[in-house]
Amino acid sequence: MTLAIEARDLRKTFGREVRALDGVSFAVEEGTVFGLLGPNGAGKTTAVRILTTILSPDAGAGFVLGHDVVTEANRVRTLIGLAGQYAAVDENLTGRENLTMVGRLNHMARDVVATRANELLAQFGLSDAGDRPLKTYSGGMRRRLDVAAALVARPKVLFLDEPTTGLDPQSRADVWEMIRELVGEGTSVLLTTQYLEEADTLAQRIGVVDHGRVIAEGTPTQLKADLGATVLDVGFADVSLATQGAGVLGAVGAKSPTVVGTMVELPVDDGPRVAMEVLRLLDQHALVPTTFRIREPSLDDVFLVLTGKRTETDGDEPTGNSNDGQRRRRHTPVAAATSDGGTP
Amino acid sequence: MSITTVIAPGAGLAPGADPAMPGGVGRLRWAVADALTVTKRNLIAYTRIPEALFFSTLQPIMFVLLFRYVFGGAIHPGDGLSYIDFLMAGIFVQSVGFGGIGTAVGLADDLQKGLIERFRTLPMARSAVLAGRTTADLVRNVFVLLLMTGVGALVGFSFPNGALGFIAACALVLLFAYALLWGFAVIGLTAPNSETAQVMAFPILFPLIFASPAFVPLSSMPNWLRWFATNQPLGAVITAERSLMLGGAHVPGSTAGHVLVALAWCVGFLVVLAPLAVWRYRKT
Repeated sequence: MTLAIEARDLRKTFGREVRALDGVSFAVEEGTVFGLLGPNGAGKTTAVRILTTILSPDAGAGFVLGHDVVTEANRVRTLIGLAGQYAAVDENLTGRENLTMVGRLNHMARDVVATRANELLAQFGLSDAGDRPLKTYSGGMRRRLDVAAALVARPKVLFLDEPTTGLDPQSRADVWEMIRELVGEGTSVLLTTQYLEEADTLAQRIGVVDHGRVIAEGTPTQLKADLGATVLDVGFADVSLATQGAGVLGAVGAKSPTVVGTMVELPVDDGPRVAMEVLRLLDQHALVPTTFRIREPSLDDVFLVLTGKRTETDGDEPTGNSNDGQRRRRHTPVAAATSDGGTP
Repeated sequence: MSITTVIAPGAGLAPGADPAMPGGVGRLRWAVADALTVTKRNLIAYTRIPEALFFSTLQPIMFVLLFRYVFGGAIHPGDGLSYIDFLMAGIFVQSVGFGGIGTAVGLADDLQKGLIERFRTLPMARSAVLAGRTTADLVRNVFVLLLMTGVGALVGFSFPNGALGFIAACALVLLFAYALLWGFAVIGLTAPNSETAQVMAFPILFPLIFASPAFVPLSSMPNWLRWFATNQPLGAVITAERSLMLGGAHVPGSTAGHVLVALAWCVGFLVVLAPLAVWRYRKT
């Protein structure tokens, strides 16, 4: 079976110092959504730019439907669409003019482009705004047009680079709905995002990227199983109390707690029940929390858990990492965690 | 892909929707069609910012009025020539010169805003972004020259060498403007953002435009400056253009000789600057 997208050990360094990609590999099956999840600067966008023929990799190779993105760049360009933070639309043109321009540059005939532009404007709820310059569009409308522009030539493979960053919840839901429809029609999608929830909702598989590497890969269920369903944040008055607190709470969570500053973060499977136990334990040890919160796991937690795991397998003390928890999150290469959750 | 397609955007007929890249003639037709698509986009953009269009054409008009009425009385071109007849050749080159800053700013802006990233993901000719930008700006220059001609006529320009000489002079200015645009394209592709592009272009232009025979006769300059003003590219083009506009009698040397030197500069600029711009474009 042909893969929609394949990245093989992609490497890219900007200038002498900035290593944007440090060996990124992943594969996207046809007709599926693959989510690349990671914080700003993790290398998601660089990977997308290489796979969409904008940039050449220093080493490694990328393929779209079996075609090499470097040696067969023109062929690849006929197969893909890109929408995202860096591939812009022209704000001086109207929505329709933008779509027409992209269609004509895809060498579609004039009448075909006109029909397609109407179709897309209707599909994205922009029919009324189609003949207004983009300058007058709201952020959500502009993003929808951006995605529409990527779809003019009916690409088989769609790259969406942070399509919802900065959007309000309603616009975000609209974009999600649209992605689902496209996948229903057989389009393969590579989605980059900073939001765990987004990857969770849309993607069949997720690759977690940090420091230019894929540090974990799996289905959303696998990744969340690794994480615990919810997170308890317990704040203390100072770092030493927080460290004590983490020691006391070491056994109650689904994972070992992590100390970030004066805050203890505890991934748990059964939030309310564990919350009661946590309060009881703290009370027994005469530790008074300053803040207490139950929340959904965030991307940060994924990294904490991934890096935490590595420390455990290395044989470090699971909870004794309070002082360097922060540092490890930022600087330690965590490739060893890749095997966790990679395959079921 | 080559420069030749860039210079001659003639027939813009649309090929079919075949997604594969053709070779030979088909490829050339695509390059031309793509260049025209980008040209159209740039021209539409100009009409959507009427303020920019208005104020960028206001500036050369103000220069005409400034030199005609404020400085003109103090400058004597000699030879029984009226200052406005002398001035027009200089004003034309000055207008297309400063107008070129818009090319640099526009390209830097496209880069900055990510539009060029979008273009790079499309199966379009790589040459089209630069060809489309320079062609659109050439069209803008035609518009500016027409306007300048009107304003010049209103304040007393008398077309001393007749319509034919004047049209030949305009053609020369447009060719030079087009060659110069590739230099501005290099600046636009080198600058980190559009503001910097503007600041970078200005100090390169300023001495070339003002240390030239554009506004004052060479005879008023010290020898060393006169040598520079005569031989630098803008000076050479202004002299040739003036010779065409006024007739050989008012400009020392043969018109044909001046025009040849000016044409040599145009070709030289194109041969050097166009590949340089294309190279910068591929690198960014």
